[in-house]
Amino acid sequence: MSSATITTAKPFGALAEFGNPAELYHACEKVRDEGFSVWDAHTPFPVHGLEDAMGAPRSKVPWISLVFALFGGTIPAFALQSWVAVEGSRQVISGKPMLSWQAFIPVTFEVSVLLGAVGALLGMLMINRLPQLYHSLFRSERFERFSDDKFFISIESRDPKFDAEGTVAFLQSLGSSHVELVED
Amino acid sequence: MPTAAETTFPADHSWRKLGPIALVVGAVLVGAAFGVDGSEHHGDFYFSYLVGWMYVVTLALGAMFFTLVQHAGRAGWSVVVRRTAENMMATLPVLALFFIPIFLGRHELYHHWMDAKIVASDAILQGKEAYLNEGFWTGRAVFYLVMWGFLGMYFRGRSVKQDTMTDPAAIEEFSRGTERRSFVSIAVFALTITFAGIDWIMTLDPHWYSTMWGVYLFAGAFMSALAFLGLIHILMQKAGLVGRIINDEHYHDLGKLTFAFTVFWTYIAFSQYFLIWYANIPEETSWYAHRMGNSWENVGLLLMIGHFIVPFFFLMPRTIKRIRWTLALGCAWMLVMHYVDMQYMIMPVHAHHGVHLGATDFLTWFGLFSVFFGVFILNAGRAALVPLKDPRLKESVNFVNI
Repeated sequence: MSSATITTAKPFGALAEFGNPAELYHACEKVRDEGFSVWDAHTPFPVHGLEDAMGAPRSKVPWISLVFALFGGTIPAFALQSWVAVEGSRQVISGKPMLSWQAFIPVTFEVSVLLGAVGALLGMLMINRLPQLYHSLFRSERFERFSDDKFFISIESRDPKFDAEGTVAFLQSLGSSHVELVED
Repeated sequence: MPTAAETTFPADHSWRKLGPIALVVGAVLVGAAFGVDGSEHHGDFYFSYLVGWMYVVTLALGAMFFTLVQHAGRAGWSVVVRRTAENMMATLPVLALFFIPIFLGRHELYHHWMDAKIVASDAILQGKEAYLNEGFWTGRAVFYLVMWGFLGMYFRGRSVKQDTMTDPAAIEEFSRGTERRSFVSIAVFALTITFAGIDWIMTLDPHWYSTMWGVYLFAGAFMSALAFLGLIHILMQKAGLVGRIINDEHYHDLGKLTFAFTVFWTYIAFSQYFLIWYANIPEETSWYAHRMGNSWENVGLLLMIGHFIVPFFFLMPRTIKRIRWTLALGCAWMLVMHYVDMQYMIMPVHAHHGVHLGATDFLTWFGLFSVFFGVFILNAGRAALVPLKDPRLKESVNFVNI
């Protein structure tokens, strides 16, 4: 059964195929300038400057990482060690003062790095809405080549500017070699 | 590709006058520092002079390491800023001449181990005599200075020579040759800066030793050179030099490296402190003991905050490194902090009653920095402002951060 025979009232979005990074890059600039907001570009490898062509804002991952590092790592790690040394255990170790902060620095540093890395990973997954077991774009057979040798732009129907016929015509006008509507 | 207007230092540019003026003013200021110094045996002068001289030498050495590493790594992004680093390191032959006052003042600076009477009553110093004796010390100093002067001139010379070449294949092969020569030079650099740090700073307190000392000195040296590279390019562009070849992307990278090496400096500084603090052996702790009282503890605190915490948070955001005036502020701050670091390394041996910033300190610092800057400008005026024929120049001009 070919997917083309099924028609749905509301598609997931429009998918346009491009042959090389340059075409995709310029098409992205036009999609950006047209004012679309819920759309994405799919490439087999990172394309330099594509986030600028797409008008993508700066990633928020560094901030998530910083919050994890400071409030999950630095402060609790230092506080826990201080509490154990001064209140919890109260043992004199090699004649040093109870609150020997110098000894706590390596652990504080390492835990901060660990939590910073965990924050970066979780933040990245969260912002990308991963893990995701299903995505409508994979209904398109042609789309499989996004991880091989083709370049794609997908505009989702959730976008307020989306209208099936108009968006397909717009994508065709950008020089796409093939435009299709993908079901939800 | 950059235009001729962007790569040449115009013959009538106002900065050209700055070179000779700075050189003369610098020499006069150093002389004035000697003149105003009224201390016994000119101790204040010699110690201040050592601080100032180490400050400019570490700047030049950091630039030398930068140049060598860019060659060794066949780096593309840095080609447009490399000539400035080469002009910095080519000040080393002149700075070597300015070692003479340190040689003349050696008995004042290093009398803790050069004085035969002290050595005669000290078993530890007698054990170290095979290394710590005046003749060997002088010979080593000459060796370091000759090596540095040679390497600084040689690698800048090769780069300038490449500017005049035309055959693409020969240019490519010439770059390969520079790369091959850079590897062994990095080894020479690492050994000489380590032993120079031991000879000129660590032996101020001849009983004390730290195996991290060379790396500590190197971390500060490379950090300060990167900060200077960032700041001087901003100022050069303000003055209409280098056009727009150097853009946000290159500043961003210089800022990232400066940030990285303030953290590296902290890592080394803490590691050195931490191990000595933990083991608590009298011979080792003496160095910190001298720096934990008589107001030097405030300088240590200033370094913790000013050399690490402030720049760590200030230089971290991407935006700060891509805006000229904020990056310039960060770089200038780090260049001041490097001076504080030099004071902290050297001065407590002399000013053991407390921090004492006097006229000699300022005059020697400004004087020697002025000499460095003068020679730097003179070097910049003698060749193109970027390596014109480097095979990776185009890559560097078009470089974009991910």
